[in-house]
Amino acid sequence: MIGKKTSLILTLIMTAVCILFVLPLLIVLMNSFKGQFFISDEPFRFPNADTFAGWRNYTAGIEKIDFFRSLFYSLFITVTSVVLLALFSSMAAWYLARTEGTASRLIYATLIASMIVPFQMVMFTMSKMANLLRLENPVGIVVIYLGFGAGLSVFLYNGFVRSVPLAVEEAAQLDGCTPITAFFRVVLPLLRPITVTVSVLNAMWIWNDYLLPYLVIGTKYKTIPVAVQYLQGGYGSRDMGALMAMLVLALIPIIVFYAFMQKEIIRGVIAGAVKG
Amino acid sequence: MNSRILKKYFPFFVMPISVCYLLAFLIPFLMGIYLSFTEFTTVSNARFVGLSNYAALFSADDNFLHALGFTVLFTLVSVLTINFFAFLFALILTEGIRGTNLFRTVLFVPNLIGGIILGYIWQLIINGILIRQGVDITFSATYGFWGLVVVMNWQMIGYMMIIYIAGLTSVPVELREAASIDGAGYFTTLRHVIMPLLVPSFTICSFLTLTNSFKLFDQNFALTGGAPGRESAMVALDIFDTFYGRAGSEGLGQAKAVVFFLILAVVALVQIRLTKRLEVAP
Repeated sequence: MIGKKTSLILTLIMTAVCILFVLPLLIVLMNSFKGQFFISDEPFRFPNADTFAGWRNYTAGIEKIDFFRSLFYSLFITVTSVVLLALFSSMAAWYLARTEGTASRLIYATLIASMIVPFQMVMFTMSKMANLLRLENPVGIVVIYLGFGAGLSVFLYNGFVRSVPLAVEEAAQLDGCTPITAFFRVVLPLLRPITVTVSVLNAMWIWNDYLLPYLVIGTKYKTIPVAVQYLQGGYGSRDMGALMAMLVLALIPIIVFYAFMQKEIIRGVIAGAVKG
Repeated sequence: MNSRILKKYFPFFVMPISVCYLLAFLIPFLMGIYLSFTEFTTVSNARFVGLSNYAALFSADDNFLHALGFTVLFTLVSVLTINFFAFLFALILTEGIRGTNLFRTVLFVPNLIGGIILGYIWQLIINGILIRQGVDITFSATYGFWGLVVVMNWQMIGYMMIIYIAGLTSVPVELREAASIDGAGYFTTLRHVIMPLLVPSFTICSFLTLTNSFKLFDQNFALTGGAPGRESAMVALDIFDTFYGRAGSEGLGQAKAVVFFLILAVVALVQIRLTKRLEVAP
């Protein structure tokens, strides 16, 4: 449709744009190997014999914020919440889609209405509630994530369930399945594509979430975003070297995740775009 | 499944998520509405004060209206710039040029990075540029404003581009061919054939960038922290500061949060209306 020459020019332009897009990440990477006093003033200069710090920033940062502990909290909270959200939301979404009553419709509407409520609306009262119920630990916070994630997850599952033919479930019932066995043996496997979508969206949200874990468990258990923020704001004099190193370490899991799940991630964000 | 049999299973299927929802969201939400009419420091000592919190947030000595103005302007600029670049890149990347897949992959990367991390990455870059003038990003709210616009563009262009690409690839090739046979040039075809078909994509992307910009917190918190003073604080950060920065103003913070919620609710209703109308239209 377009000429060879135009095509070449467009490729060159997009190459430049992409370089501009990854440049910030490369600059952070480069600075993570410079001594902490050579970063703020000259962030665009390569490390040289005087400014090169080797892995010092990494060891200092890992020690200061106890990085691997934070990594563990982030992983534990994200994985547990994502799995349970998929499980409980699919169960509820299927049930609510298959029972046509006022109660079902009301519960569904209430659940999905939460999607438009900004976090600031509930953050104070929610943290008081978490305090009251003793949910201020990496296990308890999962309950909070289940509550906050319910809206979008149930909404996405519900849309998908409506496209699953009833006949499959009816056949299962004739074969002697109870609703529980029918759901887990027959329905849940059919929901696989939307499960991947929902899980990708929830994983991206929970992994990167800052304010919720900060308010609920932030003083005792720091997830990676909370730990990075603490490194920046928690000290009188900030260690730019350690900050750069920790930014790099925080980016690695995301890049790895993207490398393996690129297709699913892109499909997920397109599906999730409806929530607005 | 038969509805009557299913009824017995309600506790098993619906209770787990509903209980979590009730405890983590619904009760705090309702309590939040109530508390916006009270004065309190811990929830239990709330004293009813009527509408005085709402009156206070609209008064001139509070930062809320300034934050709202800053947020609205920021949202406007972000929505326009993000969608412009995202659509432009989507057009280029649907022409089948060399490297398309790589470009798409790279442009999407920033969208996966959390707001706090993004904020600090850009703080380094922006301060590194401003230091030549002997200042940093906290010097003026104008720097903070444009800094946030850049961060938001960097983060969201790739995401919106993906949605536009999905829209563009669904435009039938025959339509484009027919237009070119009729003698329409590239821009005429774009304006009169392709863009009208992409109205749903434009709607989704506009609202997505609108709500994300309007609700922005993490990037604002990390990049400027509201400095200088509270001048670059957006609404979400202003509410946070009101709650946790000044003791005794929790009721005011909660009232601001309710106003924030109402604005977003209106936006969402407009979006739902508009989307429904577009679905009905041929």
